[in-house]
Amino acid sequence: MPRHLLTRRTALLGTTALTASACDSTRPREGFLGVMERFNARAQAALFDERRLAPELPPEETTPPGKFPEYFISDTVPLAPSGWALRVGGLVARPTVLTLDALQRLPRTDLRIRHHCVEGWSAVASWHGVRLSELARHVGADTRAGYVELRSFDAGYYSSWDRPSAFHPQTILAYGMNGQPLAPGHGAPLRLYSGVKLGYKMVKYLTEVNFLPEPSGGYWEDRGYEWFAGV
Amino acid sequence: MAASGLQILVAYPMLGPQGRPYGWYPFQGIPPPEWMRLGSWLAGARHWHFAFAWFLTLNGVAYVLYLALSGEWRRRLFLPRRDTRNALDTLAFYLRVRRHAPAQGLYNGLQRLAYTGTLALGLLAVLSGLVLYKPVQLGALTSLLGGYDAARAIHLIVLALLALFTVGHIALVLLHPRSLAEMVTGGRKPDA
Repeated sequence: MPRHLLTRRTALLGTTALTASACDSTRPREGFLGVMERFNARAQAALFDERRLAPELPPEETTPPGKFPEYFISDTVPLAPSGWALRVGGLVARPTVLTLDALQRLPRTDLRIRHHCVEGWSAVASWHGVRLSELARHVGADTRAGYVELRSFDAGYYSSWDRPSAFHPQTILAYGMNGQPLAPGHGAPLRLYSGVKLGYKMVKYLTEVNFLPEPSGGYWEDRGYEWFAGV
Repeated sequence: MAASGLQILVAYPMLGPQGRPYGWYPFQGIPPPEWMRLGSWLAGARHWHFAFAWFLTLNGVAYVLYLALSGEWRRRLFLPRRDTRNALDTLAFYLRVRRHAPAQGLYNGLQRLAYTGTLALGLLAVLSGLVLYKPVQLGALTSLLGGYDAARAIHLIVLALLALFTVGHIALVLLHPRSLAEMVTGGRKPDA
């Protein structure tokens, strides 16, 4: 039996190993980095104020044509299947399937606000659509639904949001951009747009909105990106 | 913080919003070298950055509290009315314009200016970082720093200046190894 269970060498090796395993860049949502992510998520939720709005910008700030990046995960631009409609379900009084026409008959909201990408760039466009909170009222979403999940036809891309951010007045289901119908490169026929989250939370090419009691993950979130991702 | 920040920069190694890059920035599109980075990829580096930002801030708050409560701020901070003259004289001496060094206590005016400057840079690093983290929720701070993309430029310039300060001190230690001990301990205190 060793005379000293805890020598300086084992303490040093142990600390190094612990630090290395607790801060693993390839699995950043686990270990110490994961603990800090959950701490940061609580800090962000506490800081979040549903009345605070992203500033509306003048038309001159609009990103020049063709310079607003188009991101999707499929190999080619995903195109809407014929007979596309949005399915709305989960904890709702009236599960509904909505065509684009039906969505456009709901009260319309227009925004021109700054887009913040996780990569560090910003861009500006105007967006036209219906508030997610308006859709929630339309289908009678239950107050126990603390989370909203959004699914798409872009190779299974999806994400999920906390209720306060999803119900923020600047969180909309957008069917138009810069005065035009939404282009395929930007998520046609319907995408999420918001002033209070990073770009990867704004699911494009929408097929489903589900009001859920628990959060589900997300395409990038399951690969190690932060879940809350507020701005 | 610096290394994970540079890994984050790799995802968009440009300054200025999309379609409107800042003309004055000489490294548009050039990612920082790999040996300077930490975190392997964007998500990894962001988790490192936002985990350790708290400890950097706590460290800064503890230091400022120590300065304030111990009364050390009187000896270390640059007070324009007291120190400007001495800073200019010291600069003149270093530039060989002046033959003799001006009389000084533990620190001369130029040293006080430099250290007070780094404290201000540290504060600016934290404030501009908060803007990048929460540009909408901290909207007032965002407009104070001139917007999201301006804050991003400030964040990087502050890093460059702090790096210059560090490199300068390392060069000093390489030239005069004995100064390392004085940097760490603060040197011999004058009797008082």
